[in-house]
Amino acid sequence: MKEKINLKIDNLSVSVDAGTTILDAAKMINVRIPTLCHHEDLCVAGNCRVCVVEQSGADRLLPACATPVSEGMEIYTNSLKVRTARKQIIELLISEHRAECTTCYKNGNCELQALTTEYIVGENGYIPLVPLKGYTVDEFSPSIIKDDSKCIRCQRCVRTCDQIQSVGALTVAHKGGEMKVSTFFDKPIYEVVCTNCGQCVNRCPTGALTEKAYINEVWDAIYDPEKFVVVQTAPAVRIALGEALDMEPGEIVTGKMVAALRRIGFNSVLDTDFSADLTIIEEGNELLQRLKKALKDKDPNVKLPMTTSCSPGWVKFIEHTFPNFLEHVSTAKSPQQMFGALAKTFYANKIGVDPEKMVSVSVMLCTAKKFEANRPEMRASGYQDVDYVVTTRELALMVKQAGIDFGSLPDDDYDSIMGESSGAGVIFGATGGVMEAALRTVYEVVTGREVPFDGLNIMPVRGMENVREASIKIEDPLPEWDFLDGVEVKTCVAHGLSNAKKVMESVRDGKADYHFIEIMACPGGCLGGGGQPLPTSPEIRQKRAEAIYREDAGKKIRKSHENPEIIQLYDEFLIEPLGHKSHELLHTTYTTRERY
Amino acid sequence: MNKSLKRLDLIFKNEHDAETILSKSLSRTNEELIEDLISSGLKGRGGAGFPTGLKWKLTAEAKGENKYVICNADEGEPGTFKDREILSSVPHKVMTGMAICARIIGSLKGFIYLRGEYKFLVPKLNKAIDEFHALLDKLKLPFRIEIFLGCGAYICGEETALFESMEGHRGEPRNKPPYPTDAGYLGGPTVINNVETLAHTYSIFKYGPEKFRDLGVKDSRGSKVFSVSGDTPIPGIYELEFGMTLQKFVDDFGDGDAKAVQVGGAAGFCVPRKRFENTKIGYKGKLTGISLPTGGSMMIFNSSRSMYNVLHNYLDFFVEESCGQCTPCRVGTQQLLLGIEAVKRGDKPSGYLDELLSLAETMRITAKCGLGQSVANSFSSIVENFREEMIY
Repeated sequence: MKEKINLKIDNLSVSVDAGTTILDAAKMINVRIPTLCHHEDLCVAGNCRVCVVEQSGADRLLPACATPVSEGMEIYTNSLKVRTARKQIIELLISEHRAECTTCYKNGNCELQALTTEYIVGENGYIPLVPLKGYTVDEFSPSIIKDDSKCIRCQRCVRTCDQIQSVGALTVAHKGGEMKVSTFFDKPIYEVVCTNCGQCVNRCPTGALTEKAYINEVWDAIYDPEKFVVVQTAPAVRIALGEALDMEPGEIVTGKMVAALRRIGFNSVLDTDFSADLTIIEEGNELLQRLKKALKDKDPNVKLPMTTSCSPGWVKFIEHTFPNFLEHVSTAKSPQQMFGALAKTFYANKIGVDPEKMVSVSVMLCTAKKFEANRPEMRASGYQDVDYVVTTRELALMVKQAGIDFGSLPDDDYDSIMGESSGAGVIFGATGGVMEAALRTVYEVVTGREVPFDGLNIMPVRGMENVREASIKIEDPLPEWDFLDGVEVKTCVAHGLSNAKKVMESVRDGKADYHFIEIMACPGGCLGGGGQPLPTSPEIRQKRAEAIYREDAGKKIRKSHENPEIIQLYDEFLIEPLGHKSHELLHTTYTTRERY
Repeated sequence: MNKSLKRLDLIFKNEHDAETILSKSLSRTNEELIEDLISSGLKGRGGAGFPTGLKWKLTAEAKGENKYVICNADEGEPGTFKDREILSSVPHKVMTGMAICARIIGSLKGFIYLRGEYKFLVPKLNKAIDEFHALLDKLKLPFRIEIFLGCGAYICGEETALFESMEGHRGEPRNKPPYPTDAGYLGGPTVINNVETLAHTYSIFKYGPEKFRDLGVKDSRGSKVFSVSGDTPIPGIYELEFGMTLQKFVDDFGDGDAKAVQVGGAAGFCVPRKRFENTKIGYKGKLTGISLPTGGSMMIFNSSRSMYNVLHNYLDFFVEESCGQCTPCRVGTQQLLLGIEAVKRGDKPSGYLDELLSLAETMRITAKCGLGQSVANSFSSIVENFREEMIY
C-alpha cells in the first residue's frame, strides 16, 4: 500500500497517496482548479501557470498540476493572491491571442474563452501583441488549419504529436517573445510529416488548430437542385455524435443521426459500416492469398505481416516513416474510399443517377479522411470518389444550424442498398475491431466453422492496452486451405502511432513473427479520432468503446460475409473478392514520402 | 587582468598543489569533507546561494546508479565575466573541487557546461583536463571530465534547462521537484555548481573551513569574485569580502558620480544612491539592513545615464532570452517592455506603471524558473526608484 499524505485544501482535509498532485487531490474533494496546458492524456507541462495555488507560508505560488502533495500542506486555491495572479495570467494569454471569438470556429468550445467568462477579463489593459507579430494562417492542408494568432503556447499539440503519435510534425521553435509552435522550417503542415490525424486538434484548447470545415460546401450541394447528394456515416460517429448535442458519452444515436441527415436534406443516407464489411471481405481474402503464397507456394516475395490500411493517418505515417514496408500494407482501400468508388459507379447506376451530378459526402470521426479523399489515387469512379468529408463535430454543427432538436428525433433507417451492415462493420470503430471482424470471417472461410470464441466476441483483441497480441490456431481446415492446418495465425493490434512505431520497429528488426497487424492512428481507434466531439479523455473513449460493442452485440448479423447486401453486391457487380472489378475500384497503391 | 585590483587572493592565487589537496582530501571520509563544507558556510556563487555542503550531502544520499558532477560555466548574466577568468587562470582548482565532489557522491562522470561564446577556451581547457586526468589516474580516482559546449541561450544557465540542453532537448526549465540532487542530468542525482563555487571548495579543503568562515559576515561567508563594469575608471574582476556596503563599493570603484548600482546583473536589483549606505552585498539573511545577493555582476551608472534606457535594455534582453515556455515570463516580459514604451510615449498614463509593477510581482510568484521570477527584481527596483525617468 502506498504511503498516505494528509493535507488541507481550502480548509478541507484530504488524505491521498504520496505522489499525487495538488490538482488531483483537489479533484477528489470536488475543488476545481482551472487548468489550460494540463491534459489527462499528456505528460505534465506546468507551463500555462493558470492552475497556480497558494501554499500557506510560501512566498511563491505553486502550479497545482505539477506539484506533488506533501505532509501537512495547507493549500488555498482561491485566495486574493491566487485570484489576482490567475486573472493577470489569463489577461496575458488574451493579450497574445486573437480574441475575435464571435467569428472563431471554436466559439463556444474554447477553453480560454471559458476561463475568461469565469475571471471577467472584460477590461483587459494589456497591449495586444497579435498585431505586432505578422501571423499568417496555414490553410493549405485539406485536413487541418493552423492559426498561430490564436495559439497560447500551451504545447498540448506538441506533446500530443510527440508522445501519443511520435510524429513530431509540430514542435516548438524560437524562444522568448518569438517562441511559437512550428513545423520543419516552418513549412505548411501539408508539406511535412504530419499524418492529419487531428489528435492535436482534439487537444488544442483554443482555435489555433482546427479541422478544415466543409460545411458550407455540403450545404451548397444540398441546396443545388441539380445535385444528388449521398452521405455515408462512419462506424464511430453514431456512438459519439450525441456528445456534441448535449448527450452523455456512450449513447448510441444511430437512428437519430439517420433521421437528422434526412432532415438536413441528403438524398440518400447510407452507411460506411456496409463498406467496412466489404473491406473485411477484400482484406481478409488478401490476407489468405498472402498466406497461401507464403506457406503453400513458398513465394519468397510475398510480404508478411500484412497490415491494415483503413486508417489514413496510419497510411501516411508509414509512407513517411517506414517507406520500405509499403508492400506490407493491405492494398484494400479504406471503407470510406470503397464506398466512394461504389457510390459513383454501382450505386449511381442502381438508382439511375448520373454520377456527374452525384455529390458524395462522408461523415467521419477523422480529419485524415479529408486528406484521404483528396489523394490522387482516389478517383477510381472517374470522378473524385468522395467529394467532401465532414467530421462528427461538423455534423453536430450542421444539425444545430438546421434547427433540429436532435434529442427528440424519432429513429430512422438507412437507405438500401449500401445501408445494411453487420456487427463486424460496427466494431471497426474501436481499436482491435478490424482484427476481430477479419478473424470472424477469415476463420470461417478457412474452416467452415465460427471462430471459437464465446458469442463471437474475440476478447483478446479488445481493450485499451497499447499493443495487444493474439493468436488463433487453425485446425481441421477445409480442403482448399489444408496448408493452414495447425498454423497458428499470429496477430497484433496497436493504436496510437507511437505504439504503431514500436510494432513496426520490431517487424523491421525481425523480432516479430506476426501474420496480420491492425493499426489505428488514434488512441482507442476511430472512436478517439481527430474529428470527434470535444473533450477527449481515457474515460470518454472507454464509454464510446462500450457503446460500440453494445451496438455489435445487438446486431442480428455479426459477420461481414453474412451481410445480405454484401452478398448481393458480389452477385450483381463485383463477381468475386479480389476480382477484376475489385482491383479497379477497391484497391489502391501507396507513395513514398519525405521524413521531415 | 594586470590592471585588476584584487583585495583578496584566494581564488586567483596560482597554487600548484592540486595533487596535494586532492590526495589529502581523498584520504579523509566523505562525512568529514561534507562537514567541512557545511561548516565553512559556503553558498552557491551563481547567485541563488544554496548551501554547497548540503547540496553535496543530499546528492550523496540520493539513490541512483549514475550520478554526475556538473560545473556550470554558462556564464550569461549581463555584466558577469568572472567565470571565464577563473577557468582561464585556475582551471585545476575547479576540477579538483569536481573530483572531490565526485568521490563524495559516487560519480564517475563530470561535465563543464561551457558557454558557447567561450569556445576559444576549449583547447586550453582540454589540455588542463588531460593533465588533470593523468593526476586522477595516478591517484586511482575513476572520474572523467568532459566539456559540453552551450549554444548561446541565456536560459541554459538555469540548471534544469542546462540538463535538457545536454540531453539534446530544447533548453527549457523543468518542473521542480524533483530537484537536481534527486534527478538531474539523464535523471541521475546531480551536483551542479557554479565555476566559482567549485574553486572555493578548493580553498576550503586546503585551508580549512575556519579560514573561510573568518571572511565575510553572518549568512554570507567567504569572499566573492565581482565583475565590475559601467561608469568606473577601473573595470575588471575583483575578489572582495562579503558584507561591504554599496557606499564603500562606489567609493572604491565609482567615478565619483554614481547614481545607481545594478547588483547581480539584469536579474538583480538596482540600488539608488540614497540607499548605498544601508545596503550590504551578501545573501539574504538575518543581517541588519538590506542585503543583496549577486552572482558577481556590479554595474555602476553615473548621473549621465538614463535609467529608462537601462531598464529598456534589460527588458529587451529578457524578451529575447525567455525560453517562452511559461505564460508569465513569455508574455509578461513583452508586456513590461511594451508597457514602459507606451508610458514613455504617453500612450498609457503614468498610473499604468503601477499595473506593470503588479504584473512584475505576479511574474515573480508564478513564473516557472528563476529567469521569469527575477525579472521583477530589476523592473521593480528601477521603476520604483526612478519613476520620473520612466515617464519624462
